[in-house]
Amino acid sequence: MSDAPPITSRSATELATAIRDGGLRAAEVTDAFLARIASHDTGLGSFIEVWGDAALAEAEAVDAARARGDALGPLGGVPVAIKDNYVRRGFRTGCASKILDGFVSPYTSTAVARLEAAGAILLGRTNMDEFAMGSSTEHSIHGATKNPFDPARTCGGSSGGSAAAVAARFAPLALGSDTGGSVRQPAAFCGVSGLKPTYGRISRFGLVSFASSLDTVSPFGRTVADTALALAVLAGMDRNDSTSLADPAEDYTAGLDGSLDGMRVGVPAEYFGDGLDPVVEEHVRAAIAQLSELGATTVPIELPHTRYAVPTYYLICTSEASSNLSRYDGVRFGHRAGGDQDLDTMYSRTRAEGFGSEVKLRILLGTFCLSSGYYDAYYLKASKVRTLIREDFERAFTQCDVLAAPTSPFPAFDLGSKTDDPLAMYLSDVLTVAPSLAGVPAISVPCGATTDGLPIGMQLIGPALGEAKLLHAAHAFEQSTGHHLVEPCFGKATS
Amino acid sequence: MSGFETVIGLEVHVQLNLRSKLFSPSPVGFGGEPNSRVSVVELGLPGVLPVVNEKAIEVAVRAAIALDAEVQHETKFDRKNYFYADLPKGFQTSQFDKPFCRGGRVPLGDGRYGALNRIHLEEDAGKNMHADAGSTVDLNRAGVTLCEIVGEPDLHTPEDAAAFLENLKQILQYSGVSDCDMEKGSLRCDANVSLRPQGSTELGDKVEIKNLNSFKMVQRALEYEERRQAATLSAGGKIVQETRLWNDEKGETASMRSKEDAHDYRYFPEPDLPPLFIEQSFVDEIRRTLPELPDARRARYASDFGLPEYDIGVLTADHALGEYFEAVTAQGGNAKEAANWVMTEVQRALNETHTKIADFSIAPDRLGELIAAQGLGKVSRQAAKKVFNHMLETGDDAATAIRELGLEQISDTGALEAIVQQVVDANPKPVEDYRAGKQKALHALKGLCMRETKGKANPAVVEELLLKLLG
Repeated sequence: MSDAPPITSRSATELATAIRDGGLRAAEVTDAFLARIASHDTGLGSFIEVWGDAALAEAEAVDAARARGDALGPLGGVPVAIKDNYVRRGFRTGCASKILDGFVSPYTSTAVARLEAAGAILLGRTNMDEFAMGSSTEHSIHGATKNPFDPARTCGGSSGGSAAAVAARFAPLALGSDTGGSVRQPAAFCGVSGLKPTYGRISRFGLVSFASSLDTVSPFGRTVADTALALAVLAGMDRNDSTSLADPAEDYTAGLDGSLDGMRVGVPAEYFGDGLDPVVEEHVRAAIAQLSELGATTVPIELPHTRYAVPTYYLICTSEASSNLSRYDGVRFGHRAGGDQDLDTMYSRTRAEGFGSEVKLRILLGTFCLSSGYYDAYYLKASKVRTLIREDFERAFTQCDVLAAPTSPFPAFDLGSKTDDPLAMYLSDVLTVAPSLAGVPAISVPCGATTDGLPIGMQLIGPALGEAKLLHAAHAFEQSTGHHLVEPCFGKATS
Repeated sequence: MSGFETVIGLEVHVQLNLRSKLFSPSPVGFGGEPNSRVSVVELGLPGVLPVVNEKAIEVAVRAAIALDAEVQHETKFDRKNYFYADLPKGFQTSQFDKPFCRGGRVPLGDGRYGALNRIHLEEDAGKNMHADAGSTVDLNRAGVTLCEIVGEPDLHTPEDAAAFLENLKQILQYSGVSDCDMEKGSLRCDANVSLRPQGSTELGDKVEIKNLNSFKMVQRALEYEERRQAATLSAGGKIVQETRLWNDEKGETASMRSKEDAHDYRYFPEPDLPPLFIEQSFVDEIRRTLPELPDARRARYASDFGLPEYDIGVLTADHALGEYFEAVTAQGGNAKEAANWVMTEVQRALNETHTKIADFSIAPDRLGELIAAQGLGKVSRQAAKKVFNHMLETGDDAATAIRELGLEQISDTGALEAIVQQVVDANPKPVEDYRAGKQKALHALKGLCMRETKGKANPAVVEELLLKLLG
C-alpha cells in the first residue's frame, strides 16, 4: 500500500490530473466511488438512483479514449452526482416527487451536456426537497437525507442529497440548484463548498423550473478549486436559455492563487443581527479576521432592505412556482389519477395525489399572490422591493469587492424540528435569499465547526459576474485554514 | 335599430406566415399526423425554456406598419395562466400590459376607418379531440404564432364590421403577414356588441359572440344580436354580460358562459424571457421593404391598366388573384381582355373545381399567351374558349392546344377568297337580299363562310372579302 490518500478522498482536480497523466484509470475511480456509495449510502440516503452500469461504461470509454491518445476534457473521468431536477436523455428525472412518476426525459439539460462533454462520469441522481422547495431535504417522497456529520440532523436543502454526497466522499463534485440558498445552505451544513453563480451565468435549459427568475445551476465541491473547475465547465451563453448571459465565461481556475492584498471585504451589519447563533457568529467573525490576515481590509456595509428579503423572496418564488408547476397535470407525462373522470376531476385528483404538502402550500400561496385584486399588493410590490435589494448590493460593491457573512444563522438542525412550522423553515433562509433576489454570485465555504463537530459556513458574496474575485477570496481563505479537510465521522474507516 | 345605436368591437386572431413556431424551431403546417410537429418545448416537458423566433417579430412588425399602428420599442411577454388539456404548460405565453404595438386602423373601403386599440403576439394552443373511447390532444398547432388584433368599439353597423374584416384580411394578405384562411383557422374573429340609446356616449352592457367561421356569419350574428338586444332593452330588460355562441343553422346566438364564470388568468411577466427591445432601424427597414398594399394596387390598376372600378374591385379583393392577373398581362395581351378572362373563365373554372388561384392548373403566362394569340388574330374568341378548356384538361400550353384542336384561325386572304367566292356563288338569295339593302343577309353569308371553314376563318377578314365581292 502506498501512502497516497484513498481515491474517494481526493479532489476532482487531483483525480482529473491523475487520470490524464495515467496514474489512475477512470474505471477504477468510478468503481471506488460506486463501492463507497454501495456500502455507506443506505444510512444516509443521498442518492435516489445510482447509474452504476452507465457510469462504468462511460468511465471505460474515457480510458479507451486516453488509450487512443485522445485529449481528455477538463473533467475526464471525474465522477459527478446530479440533483434530481436535471434532465438527461434516456434517464429518469423525478424532482423527488410522485407527480413525475415514471418520467424519462427525451432530452438532456445544457448543464449535464456540458459535464458529459467535459468527460465527467455521471454517478446518479441525488435526493432533494420536492421541486427544490425546502431547506432540509425532508420534503421528498424518498424520505430525508441525513447529515453525514450527525445522522440525527438535516443536511440542509433543497440540494441536500448532493451536499451530503460530496461531504460523504460519494462523489468529488455534485450538481445542485440554488434558488434562495438551496446550495449554499446545505454546503454550510455539510462542510463543503457550494457556489451560486450570477443569475444567467449557467444555462437553466433542462433544469426543472421552480422559480424561473431565481433558479441557478450551482455546483458543490470539497474544495474551492474544484468548484471553480466545475463552474469553468458549466458557464457560458446558451441559445436555449434566453436569460443566459452573453458575457464570455472565464477560466475560473486560473486566478485562484495569490494574496488578498488590497481586497476590500465588506461586512454587512444586517447579517449579524437577531437570531444568529453565537457559535456561528464567532466562527464567521474569526474567518473575516483571517481574511484580514491574508491582506484584505474590512469595510462596514449597510444593506438596509435586507429585512424585506424573506417575504419578498417567498412572494416571488411562490408566484413563479404556481405557474411553473401547472404543467404537471397528468395529461402528457408523470402521475395521473386513475378511474373514469372528467378533465377537472382528473386535474385535481392527479395534483392532490402527486404533490407533497410543501409544494401544495407554495402553489396556493403563489396562486393567491397573482390573483386579480392581490397582484399589485403582493407580486408587483415584491418586484419593486427586489429592485431596492438589488440596488443595496450595487451600492455595497462600490465600497467593497466582496461581502462576508454567515451562510445560515445556525448549524444543521434536528430532523423533523421545523417540518411542522413552514415559517420557521422559511426564516432559516434569511441570509441567502437577498443575493438570490439581486442575482449576484455567492459561495459558502467551511469556516469551522461547533463543539459537536457540526460544520459552519461562511458566505462570500460578489458583484454580478464577479465569480473570479469571489473564488479567489474563498480559495485563499480555504487554503490558509483546514476546515474543508475535516471528514465526517461517517464511514471514516473505509475508503 | 330604432332608438338605439349599435357599438361593435372586433377581436381578430391571425396566424402569422412563418415556417417555425413562436418559441421553438418546430415546423408549422396544416393537417398531418397528430403530434408530428411538436418538440419538447411545446410538449411543456420539465425544464424546457422558450426562445423567441426573431422572424415572428419581423412579421408582426410588418402587420403593425401595414395597419398604420405604432410599434412599441420596449415590449414583453406575460403568462396567462389557466388549465386545459390543449395547453401543455398550463399557461399561454401572451402579452398583457406592454403589447408590441398600439393604435392602428383598418379602412372600411369608403374613406372611413375602424380604429385599432392594440396588436399583441401570443402562442396558439393545441386541439382537443373527443371520441367515444376518450379524448386525445393534438399539439401540432400549439406554439404557432398568433397576432391578436383588437379593434376599438367604434363600428356601428354589421356591414361596417364585415367591411372592416374584408379590408383587414386584404391588408394582411397583401403584406404577407397571414394567409387569413378562415377554413384553416388562420383567421378567427370574436365580436363584442352592445347597444346604447341614440346620442349616448356611454357604452352599454356588451355581449361577446364566438364561433364565427366566416365574415358572412359575423354580419348575420351581429344583425341577430342587434335585434335581440333591442328587443330586450325595449321591453325594459337588461343585457346580461356574457359570451354567446353563434348557431349558423338556427341563425341565432345562445349563452355559453356568463361573466361570473370568467377566468382569473393571473397574468404576470414571463420570467423565462427578458423584455424585448425593438430598434427603430429595424422598424424602418421593414417599412422600406413593405409590399404594395390594396389601396396602392387599386390606384395602379386604374392608372396603369385603365381598368373600370368594378374590375379593380374584383381583381384586388384577393391578393393572389391580382398577382395572377398581372402575370397574365405580362405576356403582352390587352389588360382589359386579361381582366375579362380572369374574372369570367378563370373564376368559373376555379369555382367548378373548388380550387384556389394559387393552385390553378393553367399558369398565368400560358393564359397570357392564349390572350396574345387571340389579339394577333391567330385564334378566334370562340375558339379561344375551347382552347382554354383543352388547356385545363390536358395541361398543354396555348400553342400546343390550338394546334391539337386544329383551331388556328385562317386570316390568309388568298386562302379565304376562294371559299368566300364559292359561298357567294352558291347562295344567290342572300346576295340579292343584301344588295336590296338587307344588312342581316351579310351576317347569314358570313355565318355560311364560317361554317365552311369549321369556324377557323378570321371573321373580320371574311367580312372584308364579302364586302369587296358584293360591293
